[in-house]
Amino acid sequence: MASGGEVKLFGMWASPAVRRVEWALKIKGIEYEYIEEDLSNKSTSLLEYNPINKQVPVLLHKGKPIVESLVMIEYIDEVWNHNPILPEDPYERTKARFWATYSEGKCRDAVGKVYFTEGEEKENAIKYLEDIVRVLDEELKGKRFFGGENIGFSDLVLGWMAFWLPVAEEVASFEVLDSEKFPWFASWTDNFLQVPVIKENLPPRDKTVEFFQNYRQQRLAA
Amino acid sequence: MAGDQELKLLGSWASPFVIRARIALNLKGVGYEFLEEGLGTKSELLLKSNPVYKQIPVLIHNGKPICESMIIVQYIDEVWAAAGPSILPSDPYDRAIARFWAVYIDDKWFPLLWKIIIAKADDEETAEAAEQVIAGLQLLEEAFEKCSKGKDFFGGKSVGCIDIALGCYFGWVKAAEKMAGVKLLDKEKIPLLMGWAERFCSADAVKELMPEVDKLIEHGKMVRARLNAAATN
Repeated sequence: MASGGEVKLFGMWASPAVRRVEWALKIKGIEYEYIEEDLSNKSTSLLEYNPINKQVPVLLHKGKPIVESLVMIEYIDEVWNHNPILPEDPYERTKARFWATYSEGKCRDAVGKVYFTEGEEKENAIKYLEDIVRVLDEELKGKRFFGGENIGFSDLVLGWMAFWLPVAEEVASFEVLDSEKFPWFASWTDNFLQVPVIKENLPPRDKTVEFFQNYRQQRLAA
Repeated sequence: MAGDQELKLLGSWASPFVIRARIALNLKGVGYEFLEEGLGTKSELLLKSNPVYKQIPVLIHNGKPICESMIIVQYIDEVWAAAGPSILPSDPYDRAIARFWAVYIDDKWFPLLWKIIIAKADDEETAEAAEQVIAGLQLLEEAFEKCSKGKDFFGGKSVGCIDIALGCYFGWVKAAEKMAGVKLLDKEKIPLLMGWAERFCSADAVKELMPEVDKLIEHGKMVRARLNAAATN
């Protein structure tokens, strides 16, 4: 196990990308120092460790920085072998990575579009997001988690949708998470949020809604 | 490897993403059937194998499809680990660096290059995109110095993950230069990368795969025309 001081995580409390790295660290039982960043006033450390993207999360292991949350989770999984996050079988690994990529490309884009549009554009964006969720619903057919019986890489990467998508629905006044239309996806969000490591590591709902309300207003005004 | 393994790759000669998969297969000395998809058409097999994105490349191994070029490359590296040089480095930290650069190249750098390729004539955005492409190449020049440690490739002695991730775009960079009349490759600014590019393009696993720049320009013009037609419809 990593001793204190060896692993540091630069993050921001409301960020889903940061949270998924914390879930991975907790699954492995790795002790780490968490450093909260004020993104409107980034620390010199953050800018030094992530000069290209200048973003959180940044993972520091024995002083060496790793950037990009998906890359971080694969790193964590490779350095600490117990409680594996990625499957062992190479073909299953491609599926795990595929859904992770789907999350970071299609899913994020789709939710972003609903957040930051209005009127007819927003209606179209909601339909598009429903198509995205439908794909996930079909993939989950007959499965408890993307990873099978237990959560895995895809679950950790897509997990933001279980918490932050309902937040988005409240903030931007829309509804996509319909348990009749998408029963498997709805069950997955429930099951995922009940997993102890996840349940105990979520930001406070009200604060998160407030945060994203402000964020949305700022972006729409710009 | 077992003779009863069936390997098909759905792709196109012009796609840098397809070239990645082919380089990886060549590095491992693995034979495969290449199925060329035409521009603007999608075969039944493609639609069946990649229903989510409907895009090439798709690797089909014993009937099981694998999509997304860097996912395919890692799969090839894992399944045929013993058959050829390692594509991903062995050290976990070096692997994280390699994966980081692959993400940077695809998510941040390539969209800028693509802007240049599909830009209409005299587009103001082209000059800005060109500056950003050059700035990105500068970062990659520094990365090359760190990763190669004096050797021929990002991967060291042999072509590795970052080499494949970046090198596949090389023909398109040259095509973009001619199509938009911008200079992106400056030997003064990126001397190490220019040397690397020559070695990469002549590497055994790569040399027959890099398309001719003139053909890419022709192809690029067709893609650009189709995109612009779709935008106005």
